[in-house]
Amino acid sequence: MRSRHVPVLLFSAVVIATQLLAVMLGRPQYLTQLTMTGYYSLVIIGLCMLIGYAGQISLGHAGFFAIGGYVSAFLTTFDLMSFKGNRLVGLFSNAGLLVTVQDLYGGDALVFHPWIACLAAVLVTILIAYVIGGPVLKLKGHYLAMATLGFGTIVYKIVLGTAFLGAADGLSDIPGFRLLPSLEVSGKAPARIQNYYIAWGMVALGMLLLTNLIHSRVGRALRSIHSAEDAANAMGVNTGKYKLHLFVLSAVFAAVGGVFLTHYNGGIGPSEASIMKSVRYVAIVAIGGMANLWGALSMGIILNFLSLRGYFGSYDDAVFGVILILIMLFAPEGLLRREVFRGAKKWISGRGKVEGQKA
Amino acid sequence: MNIELLSQYLVAGVTYGTIYAIVAIGFNIIYNATGIINFAQGEFVMLGGMIAVSLHAFLPLPAAILAAVLTAMVIGALIEVIFIRWLVSPSVLRMIIITIGISIIIREAALHIWGEAVRALPYFTGSEITVISIGDVHISPQVLWVTGISAVMVALLTFFFNYTLPGRQMRACAANQDAARLCGISAKNMVTLSFVLSAGIGALAGCVVSPITYVQYDSGTALAIKGFTVAILGGLGNSTAAIAAGLILGILESFSVWVMPTAFKDVVSISILLLILFVRPSGIFGSVEASRLKEF
Amino acid sequence: MTILEVHNLNKRFGGLQAVGDVSFSVQHGSIKALIGPNGAGKTTLFNLLSGILPPDSGTVRFSDANVQGLQPYQVAAKGMSRTFQHIRLFPHMTALENIMIGRHMHSKAGFLAGMLSLPWTRKEEKAVRERSLAVMAFLGIADFADTEATSLAYGQQRILELGRALACDPKLLLLDEPAAGLNMRETAEMARLISRIRDTGITVLLVEHDMSLVMNISDEIVVLSYGQKIADDKPLAIQKNPEVIRVYLGEEDA
Repeated sequence: MRSRHVPVLLFSAVVIATQLLAVMLGRPQYLTQLTMTGYYSLVIIGLCMLIGYAGQISLGHAGFFAIGGYVSAFLTTFDLMSFKGNRLVGLFSNAGLLVTVQDLYGGDALVFHPWIACLAAVLVTILIAYVIGGPVLKLKGHYLAMATLGFGTIVYKIVLGTAFLGAADGLSDIPGFRLLPSLEVSGKAPARIQNYYIAWGMVALGMLLLTNLIHSRVGRALRSIHSAEDAANAMGVNTGKYKLHLFVLSAVFAAVGGVFLTHYNGGIGPSEASIMKSVRYVAIVAIGGMANLWGALSMGIILNFLSLRGYFGSYDDAVFGVILILIMLFAPEGLLRREVFRGAKKWISGRGKVEGQKA
Repeated sequence: MNIELLSQYLVAGVTYGTIYAIVAIGFNIIYNATGIINFAQGEFVMLGGMIAVSLHAFLPLPAAILAAVLTAMVIGALIEVIFIRWLVSPSVLRMIIITIGISIIIREAALHIWGEAVRALPYFTGSEITVISIGDVHISPQVLWVTGISAVMVALLTFFFNYTLPGRQMRACAANQDAARLCGISAKNMVTLSFVLSAGIGALAGCVVSPITYVQYDSGTALAIKGFTVAILGGLGNSTAAIAAGLILGILESFSVWVMPTAFKDVVSISILLLILFVRPSGIFGSVEASRLKEF
Repeated sequence: MTILEVHNLNKRFGGLQAVGDVSFSVQHGSIKALIGPNGAGKTTLFNLLSGILPPDSGTVRFSDANVQGLQPYQVAAKGMSRTFQHIRLFPHMTALENIMIGRHMHSKAGFLAGMLSLPWTRKEEKAVRERSLAVMAFLGIADFADTEATSLAYGQQRILELGRALACDPKLLLLDEPAAGLNMRETAEMARLISRIRDTGITVLLVEHDMSLVMNISDEIVVLSYGQKIADDKPLAIQKNPEVIRVYLGEEDA
């Protein structure tokens, strides 16, 4: 057990405590917003890695969230029953990729199994991220910002304008995602607590994986790229390749968040791909301290939860715009710098130096 | 495709293209003076239209437009003074994010002031059914207003930059800020002036095109992206090229409706943006070396 | 045996011929110095060799391969590592972590292995750590392992950057003004370290202005002026070379 795993344990404890508290205080509906917040958090920690450790801004990450969600939504609701005679459909059916579900009118519909849909969503995301990541990451400054903004907007316009993706109404009646015989990702009230733990379990897992990555050879290389890219290159680090891999990794995190939230909500709409959402994610990473995973996660939880509970009213988007401006004006490195957390880490581990410490 | 349809697409392309070009010129003015991309440029266009519509309720049209343009100019100056002026050597990335934030605030303010409704000024001459016919080609007089006023703006800007003292001072600042300051030019004021100018031309463009395109609280964002595309296409900082580039984008976008659903019109322009950024960020008319020398 | 062969290397920036038709070779296991007045093109030449800049024409032959035009990380993989004229350490990382980057090419753990923290990666990390500490010990800076790199004294930072390049296990080490900003004692120490490095079998090509260091430890010296090579000889001969003297000290009044 390494000291860097302690925060994940503490976090898990907080997650459990929160759930018990919510039930005890008679506010189980908070768990719904908290579950959704959890899935948004996946996007945020992935983006935090990209911005903080590869130094690449992305103003279009909502696009990847939407790609994940829409691919999964489409494949689990598009009825292949009328294509039953088709060779390809027969192939899918024999391979066990398809399931029969009840459609809106009580008849039978033939759709892809949620696991296959999820896999497809992730693969599509990986493909798109590799294709656009290559040229995008060669850009700098405002060109990079505009390119990522453009990407996100293209995704938004495509889902908004495509009939079979639901156009402005999006896709709905998405079936639940049965992970295990007794564990299903869906919005059904009885499964509320279950789903809460699924979401936060995934966040904990994501934090574990990313924390491991930061402390590994790759993490060190990424940090060197962020501090002095040309020097890193001269020391044998293939900086282009690493930035690209990290970009794709962060896209996958966003897409997985999208897949699971879609099944939980039972639907997805074009607004999930909008610039406003992308700006929101960047604002949260910025206020959390750009290379500070736990900072971004905490701020993300607080702000997303408040937003979902409606505390920002009609000023929802404005709040994040203001946050972004304030951070960029006064503290472009982010408010919760790693120093603050390192102090906390010291206290936790009980010794002067933390293993694998970085400044 | 017959002449009538072709000309319709062409006219639409020229109309929109002209507006994109004006937005791009606004980008260029600020970029030349400061090196930053002001994403809020699109909002000036939106504000021009919205404010003019509100003022038109109790002012005659020309007065409403003038007041709207002046208001936008004041807002432009305020933005510069409040958000930009006091920053010390900010990176361009930080700046573009700040201006994106500013555009969001303006957008949200517009939403709360004017709601989600689309608005438009009345046609300057005639109405929406008036047409001027040249053979098989039917043009709304408003199109002539758009191109006419834009041409006048460009002419005035050219005169301003080449023959007036403040204009030449701005060009001096753009070329070499330190040398300009040594000559007694206030670089800070030049920056404010660049924002005022860009806001003004954007607002006027917004007024003159609103009868045709309508204006809505969120019209600004798409214009900013397309204006930026045009600016890049022509070479960042090159306003003459921006005119040509604007027309090219407007016409391409317009004709794209022929081959794909209208809903994807924006996808076309953004794809063009990505294509340029990936392949030739210096634009069609820009020099590759010059674009590399600019600080990113 | 020749380890580096530069042939007719050219680089022009607009109107300036920064490096003009430069050719020279470096013998394996030797220390070769590259000197010349400011603006002679020495750092540009280094940037051409290490891949930071592509040459306009000419070849660079290193370890039986043409390396001109390769990316810096590819050049490094072939066995050429370098230090920088203006120190380019990684801020926000400890001295040890800076050195450990030097071991990047000699380790393998990738994204997946890193995220899952597989057991073999832990072993690899341990080996990287130990090797890096050994490099630091060799250079006498092992005590600073856990200090943040940019908080070290200037002289120590120079040695640290040297260590980082050394950790790459290079065959050829490019040192760009390793003694810049160092006082006499530190310069002598640096000279000693470079000699020790050469003694371990690593070839050194260095740019330097400090003549005492250059004359003391170099086996051969190349002199550049305005991008052209004007001399390539042993130290004593260079000292007496009239062209070199003219370039540094100017013409004697007739």
